[in-house]
Amino acid sequence: MSVTPPDKHWWDTPIHTKEKIWLMTAFVWSIVLTVAMPALHIVGEQNTSSQYSRISNQDFDTLTDRFIEANKIGEEKGVPIVEPKPGSDVYIRGKQFGWDPILKLKAGQSYKLHLSSVDVNHGFSVFPINMNFQAVPSWDNLLTVTPTKAGMYTIICNEFCGIGHHAMIGKIYVE
Amino acid sequence: MSKFRTCPTTGFKIHAPAETLIQINAVTAIVFLLVGGILGLLMVLTRWQAVHILDAEWFYRLLTLHGIAMLVAWIIFFEMAILYFASAVVLSSRLAAPWAGWLQYLLMLVGAAIVAVQVLLGNADVMFTSYVPLKASHWYYLGIILFAVGAIVGCVVFFATLVVAKHEKTYQGSIPLVTFGAMAAAIIAIGTLAHGAITFIPTWLWAAGLIPMMDPEVYRLLFWGFGHSSQQINVCAMVAVWYTLGTLTVGSKPVNEKVSRVAFGFYILFINIASEHHLLVDPGLSAAHKSWNTGYFMHLAVLASMIHAYSVPAAVEVALRKKGYTKGTFEWLKKAPWGNPGFSSLALSLVGFGFLGGITGVVYGTEQLNIIAHNTLRIPGHFHATVVAGTTLAFMGITYYVLPLIFRREVAFPGIAKLQPYFFGIGMMVFSTAMMFAGGFGVSRRQWDMTGVEAPFQVNFDAIVDLTMAVVGISGVVAVLGGVMYVLVAVGTLLIGKKINA
Repeated sequence: MSVTPPDKHWWDTPIHTKEKIWLMTAFVWSIVLTVAMPALHIVGEQNTSSQYSRISNQDFDTLTDRFIEANKIGEEKGVPIVEPKPGSDVYIRGKQFGWDPILKLKAGQSYKLHLSSVDVNHGFSVFPINMNFQAVPSWDNLLTVTPTKAGMYTIICNEFCGIGHHAMIGKIYVE
Repeated sequence: MSKFRTCPTTGFKIHAPAETLIQINAVTAIVFLLVGGILGLLMVLTRWQAVHILDAEWFYRLLTLHGIAMLVAWIIFFEMAILYFASAVVLSSRLAAPWAGWLQYLLMLVGAAIVAVQVLLGNADVMFTSYVPLKASHWYYLGIILFAVGAIVGCVVFFATLVVAKHEKTYQGSIPLVTFGAMAAAIIAIGTLAHGAITFIPTWLWAAGLIPMMDPEVYRLLFWGFGHSSQQINVCAMVAVWYTLGTLTVGSKPVNEKVSRVAFGFYILFINIASEHHLLVDPGLSAAHKSWNTGYFMHLAVLASMIHAYSVPAAVEVALRKKGYTKGTFEWLKKAPWGNPGFSSLALSLVGFGFLGGITGVVYGTEQLNIIAHNTLRIPGHFHATVVAGTTLAFMGITYYVLPLIFRREVAFPGIAKLQPYFFGIGMMVFSTAMMFAGGFGVSRRQWDMTGVEAPFQVNFDAIVDLTMAVVGISGVVAVLGGVMYVLVAVGTLLIGKKINA
């Protein structure tokens, strides 16, 4: 009984063969999963980023403003649209309650995407491909991004950031 | 020794102060479950876009309170009852320092009340996670701290009772498996609450304007040492309840005490760093660090669950075969007491926790797959399977035995009790699955509106999302109905249940 003290020799009770088989299977599977995680990191083409640095909110704000100024090609609903050069550094700023700027990227080209927030935590969720990264204030989350398919993508904020959270939707164009 | 009575069913010698503390903690837990359940109903009826009853402000506010009422108040008050049961009652011992038990209760109650009031006043729209720089009133953090201190006091009373029982020789040999599992839960609780302290004490002082803010990423790291490890307290307590329910419902005996106990040890050792899976898509830690630590530590904790996943049903099968249900492979399963709510809770809790919650947890916790799961509805889908269909349902199941054994009343409305686990368990499993499907289509968690009504741009979700969100709504209502049935039976038993004389 599980509510009464065990038999005096409980530590020496042999494990039943069927349970041993289960234990070994589960153990081997745990090893497989444990090896698979770093192995997939090595062979996989879509990993989480190891590139990050600390940056003050003011500095990130300034860098984003400069980036917008240098690459702006238009506006949509008051949000600037920028078309950066392939291979360059691009910035996306999360701020209660919006993402800016709107990016116009080229399919098949790589970009260095700097993601951060200048106030509270935000969640960077690219729809419809459902890729999700965290935008943390005072941290530059640097992602190397290569869009593969042309189209319009929306950025949903998926970290609660205040009462206007659901209004925080941005855009990326890929052509 | 007049403070003891002997239970006629189990033969345990029950210490009166322990009994009172179990009663009061369990009743308080159920009150919070009721509150959290009503809030849960409002949540599903808002996220179900066709109904959408709350406005944005109250949705976020009450979502914060729903998380606190359920994940903190209901679960931890009930776990305090379990700790006192697994120590004083199961070991037939006196409870060490009953005054400290009352201190535990009062601190937790005052803490929970402060938190609830602050949230309802609109001073703490920060969600359960309260990631800085989102700021609540300093009272909110103080409430959390008081609650946590109360829980630590409860754990200390539990450990002291183990010492008292050993010293006064109230039992022979080693402690029973259920007490061992509760002990594992209490050990994890101490480590978890220490993380809670280093997260919330500086945050409290910051909110009061006394010190500068903690780095937001450091906060996330420390918070999850508290936030996810605390789920492992629930897992340990739930597995201990599974073993108890196996014994109480069909008279099962652990198949191998050594294996089950080592598995509890794995939970203690490995869950802490595995909690880093919350930070897989964060800046601040390298991918190598995250994938190594979540990989090796997480899978050893998972191994522990795999062990219980065998030993709990195996013990039930052995017990039922001993009763003569030996025909074929599955006669024992067919003839199992499915009409006993304790047994059906156990069975559904095993399936909900293991298959839906556990497997999705392992999947979402891997490095690349987390990219397509992080903060989508997949995550609440996962933890409603573990904590609600798993832990909460197991706690509901044990209630059907706590009522006659500790409250000494026959369970009222047995017809409702019989159906309750099915409504709650199946409702919750469908609910979790539908949430995970919606998350797969990119629907975000913690979002009042997904149509972009207040946003500059609209998100063109696949039409099937409307269907999945309707399933979330309907199955959520069914699960809440199951919760209401549980509260009705529990409260009904306390008020009009036939007294059992002993």
